[in-house]
Amino acid sequence: MSETGSVWSEQDTTPADIEAAMRELLKERHSETEAFVPARVLNLVVIVDREWSGEIRNRLDRVGSYNASRTILCNVEQGRQTIDASATMTAEEDLAKGELAVAHEQIVLEIGEKHLKNLDTIVDPLVVSDLATLVWSPHRHHEAVDAMRKLAQIVLIDSQNTEGAEHAVKRSRELADRHYVVDLAWLRSTPWRERVAFTFDPVQWRPELQRISSVSVRHEPSSAMAGLLLLGWMSSRLGWSPSRLTEHGGKTSGSARTHRQDIKLQLEPDSTMTTPGLAGITVETSTGMSISLDRGAGGLAARRSWPDGKEQTWTVTGASRGESGILGEGIRQALLRDGTYAPALAAAERMVA
Amino acid sequence: MATEGGHADHQRAPAPDDTDNPLAEGLERLPVHPTTLTIFGATGDLSKRKLLPAIYNLAHEGALPERFCLIGSSRSELSADDFRQLAIDSIKEFSRRKPDEKVLEALLANVRYVSGAFNEDAVYGELEKITDEFDEKGGIAFNRVYYLSTSPSFFPVIVGQLGAHGLDSHEGSEVRVVIEKPIGRNLQEARDLNRAVLDVLDEDQAFRIDHYLGKETVQNMLAFRFANGLFEPIWNRNYVDYVQITSAEDIGIGSRAGYYDTSGALRDLVQNHMLQLLCLLCMEPPVNFFADEVRDEKVKVLHAIHPPERGEVKDMAVRAQYTAGVEAGEDVKGYKDEADVPEDSSTETFAALRLEVDNWRWAGVPIYLRTGKRLARKVTEIAVTLKPVPHLAFNQGGSVGVQPNQIVLTMQPNEGVSISLGAKIPGSTMRIRPVNMEFLYGTAFMSQSPEAYERLIMDAMRGDATLFTRDDEVEAQWAICDPILQAWADDDAPVHTYEAGSGGPEEADELLRPGEKWRTI
Repeated sequence: MSETGSVWSEQDTTPADIEAAMRELLKERHSETEAFVPARVLNLVVIVDREWSGEIRNRLDRVGSYNASRTILCNVEQGRQTIDASATMTAEEDLAKGELAVAHEQIVLEIGEKHLKNLDTIVDPLVVSDLATLVWSPHRHHEAVDAMRKLAQIVLIDSQNTEGAEHAVKRSRELADRHYVVDLAWLRSTPWRERVAFTFDPVQWRPELQRISSVSVRHEPSSAMAGLLLLGWMSSRLGWSPSRLTEHGGKTSGSARTHRQDIKLQLEPDSTMTTPGLAGITVETSTGMSISLDRGAGGLAARRSWPDGKEQTWTVTGASRGESGILGEGIRQALLRDGTYAPALAAAERMVA
Repeated sequence: MATEGGHADHQRAPAPDDTDNPLAEGLERLPVHPTTLTIFGATGDLSKRKLLPAIYNLAHEGALPERFCLIGSSRSELSADDFRQLAIDSIKEFSRRKPDEKVLEALLANVRYVSGAFNEDAVYGELEKITDEFDEKGGIAFNRVYYLSTSPSFFPVIVGQLGAHGLDSHEGSEVRVVIEKPIGRNLQEARDLNRAVLDVLDEDQAFRIDHYLGKETVQNMLAFRFANGLFEPIWNRNYVDYVQITSAEDIGIGSRAGYYDTSGALRDLVQNHMLQLLCLLCMEPPVNFFADEVRDEKVKVLHAIHPPERGEVKDMAVRAQYTAGVEAGEDVKGYKDEADVPEDSSTETFAALRLEVDNWRWAGVPIYLRTGKRLARKVTEIAVTLKPVPHLAFNQGGSVGVQPNQIVLTMQPNEGVSISLGAKIPGSTMRIRPVNMEFLYGTAFMSQSPEAYERLIMDAMRGDATLFTRDDEVEAQWAICDPILQAWADDDAPVHTYEAGSGGPEEADELLRPGEKWRTI
């Protein structure tokens, strides 16, 4: 697919000038071709350290069809006093008869740290009115995210990238009080949550949910948060009361209480895994049944075994989304609402408090 | 409010009982019981182009049931490995995404194949053996879904054999049969087919596909009508002047003369897809979106359309055939010059009808349906034209004038909705011109819609029949089309013609009321 674009830039500019330039760009593109239509789904505001801006732009370029309609990329440069800006409006070029070219708009702001605490006053004129606004700060400019609290309805985070699970959970809870939070660490657990739910869904297996005696989650070493959220999800969905997990011998473990029994919980880093995310989960029940799901070729390798040695193995098909897929999924989730994250986070908080 | 454990009550789900699966709540994808899918006609065109790629894409997205097994069956003498390779080749050629080799391998690792004629007992014996083996290995009774991707003449044979071999039911699991259109070539055949199917199966086991219903944009009609208070007050004879439903294709019949020449445009598109669009447009709001509630409302619309008497057909239906012309700058053949089309063929490649839904909501509102091959462009749309304003204070000199408002729902290519409004032309005088307010799916939802068959196959596995047609629906659709087909079969007058690449035959204009025009294709 080839694209065509219009570009504008100005140094020491103002939001009003940038907004006026966007309107002119739109008129200009539309006058060139009536097939040019602006996308109107979502605003995305990204606050990044300038030296890492290229990497973030590459990640955004790879999200495929999950592009925001207007992306405002704020490059933060130490010591900068003025605002420079550039804007582009791109659309597909090779159209068949009757097709429309959906535009994607990007504004790049070069700002200084001094601009962060009032970032909303800079960004407000630039977002498309009446669309949801998603803010993402991969380089932890918390001040900027806090400044956007009235303008942004949704905050994209990756709690996996916050140092320390306790701090990550605390920050996520704070944000969740004010915004709808899309957490990439949570989204990494989606296929696992689905598969655990599906595995226990046949009527003959549902009673086993109440007989779960242990859950062990294996994760890429830096992805403990995804594992914690998976345990938190099971706890909150199944009515468990988890207590604090403690580290011992490289693993983190503890328990959750139900009115029937205590359940052992464990997080285990898997050093053989090199991509972020989860490596596997094993659920055991008091009847002796054990179910394991592990990353494998073409999907998840599933195994169900019984105390008498009987065993079944099969593959649950599915392709890995990769990190660009996760980011795209995070942007898509900004338009949806998942009511199970907040209770899972609350349960996870109990495991790290 | 925190409990003594310090955990807020509202955030913890109540302890489940034995029949619940609280893990499924809140998931975007709901669990589907382990399923064995058998495709009869597995080596045919539909299977290669649509079904196998759809199954792959479901596998790619992790949407298939936790346990899933695939069996192909057809007359071709193939081994399981041969069928696996056929599936791989088809998926690589027709999938909407480039397949992941590992997912492909995992999906087809256990695929099985049974060759034989559909009336052979041995085929069903073998199928039973394989499906039982899958159950045994899985430690659970899998649901069975049999997809009949065959000529309709085989439906009674296959369903009859499934019944004869006890495969129409299975203890501990569901058995469903998916049937492709056409459901018969006329009303009597449709009734006979339905009877043959329902002699063996219950109605809730029969899933009759109309793949238009699997399209996101068609489903969006329900959202458009019933999730917005804006439109319902005007969605009736008091405000709507007329409706045009168009399904136009710019391609010819290609190599499908064998099927098409015995079918024609009315059977191919009007009897099923276009009447379904009409139903969604005209139906009353259902009380909920369970399958039967929705289908009940659609059937009411069909029953309100009086089938024409023989003598009325010439005034309410037009048929035509394309002749040589120019499409996208290239010369193209006429229908009778296409491969394998008989020289004396009277099969219509274009059909236009004027119908009326005779009920309180729609009485007196003409609904025009139009479909054809080799028209100017590909478009499927529903255009609802409102009545003109009762009084115009503006002088309309110097402008195209005030046009009646139009609401256009486009299914393809640019899926979305547009509303035409009158707006003032900038200047010192009050001159009005029409402008469009548009909502386009592609600009508002970012993602690529799943292919219709992916949605429908999943729904069949899930047992959700909302997007499938019911036996009385199919028969009501045929009741409208049958008299037209019979009149055309008896009519010795030549079929009208239209040039390929045009908007259709001039004779279609005669269906319209004075002052009305067909929308430009």
